Amino acid sequence: MNEHVSNPSVHFPRDYSLTGPLNQQAVEIGLANAEWYKTEIPRARMKELMKRSDGPATRDTLLWFGLMILTAAIGSYLWPSLWCAPFFAVYGVLYGSASDSRWHECGHGTAFKTPWKNDAVYQIACFMIARNPVVWRWSHSRHHTDTIIVGRDPEIAAMRPPDIFRLALNLFGLIDFPVALMAMLRYSAGLLNKDEKDYIPESEQSKVFKVARIWTVIYAFAVAACFYWGTVLPLMIIGLPRLYGAWHHIVCGVTQHVGLAEDVLDHRLNCRTVYMNPFSRFIYWNMNYHVEHHMFPMVPYHALPELHKEMLADCPKPYSSFADAYSEILPTMIKQLRDPTYFVHRELPPTAHPFKPAPVPAH
Amino acid sequence: MAEWIRACATDDIEDEDVIRFDHAGQTFALYRKDDQFYATAGLCTHEKVHLADGLVMDYVIECPKHNGRFDYRTGAAKGAPVCINLKTYPVKIDGGDLYIEIG
Repeated sequence: MNEHVSNPSVHFPRDYSLTGPLNQQAVEIGLANAEWYKTEIPRARMKELMKRSDGPATRDTLLWFGLMILTAAIGSYLWPSLWCAPFFAVYGVLYGSASDSRWHECGHGTAFKTPWKNDAVYQIACFMIARNPVVWRWSHSRHHTDTIIVGRDPEIAAMRPPDIFRLALNLFGLIDFPVALMAMLRYSAGLLNKDEKDYIPESEQSKVFKVARIWTVIYAFAVAACFYWGTVLPLMIIGLPRLYGAWHHIVCGVTQHVGLAEDVLDHRLNCRTVYMNPFSRFIYWNMNYHVEHHMFPMVPYHALPELHKEMLADCPKPYSSFADAYSEILPTMIKQLRDPTYFVHRELPPTAHPFKPAPVPAH
Repeated sequence: MAEWIRACATDDIEDEDVIRFDHAGQTFALYRKDDQFYATAGLCTHEKVHLADGLVMDYVIECPKHNGRFDYRTGAAKGAPVCINLKTYPVKIDGGDLYIEIG
């Protein structure tokens, strides 16, 4: 059983911004850019697990693009009858959710062995999920350095107390996508906010603006096509699937860290590994093995099930299903509305090494 | 003043692999590829992670934390998130041992 605990020594509301006092505090006490716990795995075995291959990702990418072309073609042919709905429902998940995991894996550069293949799929997936490829490469790099360290991690999905309404709206991209489009226009105008300037090196910033301007032109063409042909169909293919197909990546993504500990240096305390069905694992590219991914990000998605077996004795019990994970996450979020200090403390099996202690601020 | 320091036996490094070598408060990464040996600074220029825990692919070392890549022959950073080149060091082999020249 995981323990549900409150930590009254942490004062809420906390400033989750990257430019607030908790950033400096994390640096001062040694929470930022710290050494994290790692399960001991022999070097020879790690080399096997880290080994790159083009095979699995090429197969999955051909299947992904093939299914998108097929469902979009049939959906468009049947448009605007109701018969198009199931085809666009599938297309939407392939576009608005599978792009999340492809962005992620290709951003790490681990999906394919060949660098240009990673880069090509990364750029396409970034456009589909509406994440600027430069901004999000740096934001995700920080997420791995300082996972769920308050004031340092720009990718904390549910800050405490959690904004459940926002998460619910994002099942259909209703917050994230408009925010992403506004950011695209801001980048097109050559502007970065303070947080972005904190984690994007100056030498990389001009690349942000270039990509945003290309995207703006693509979206402008899609909108113009709608007016020209008098139908919303072009936006059903480009753009809107980021709304109607987003639900799957949110349902998967929330399981990663929500409700677990903040400000720790052991991924076994702030990540979940959840067993999922084969469909979700294809869409999510095995990121359900999230403890494993964070501890060893150089292991490709297709080797994560093997890495999971190597780490099993040193990790908390995996969640058996979505239902198992959400039966913990939802009550925890509701409790956190009243008590933001409340979180889930994972329990280790007797075979595991103890949790690595994290520094705490002196009060 | 440059000096040659014995780092390890050549057999200590497997082909297409990397090991860590610490000396006088500094840390280095030593590589072997097709019986050629190379040495670089041991920490990634991005966020100071030990490269010896990373993956060697041909002449590229990939950082284990953020997957930043360097050509370990020249130290050249191969793109985000690594922007600063890695320092490289001359090496020589003498009697089955690998030496690096530390300036």
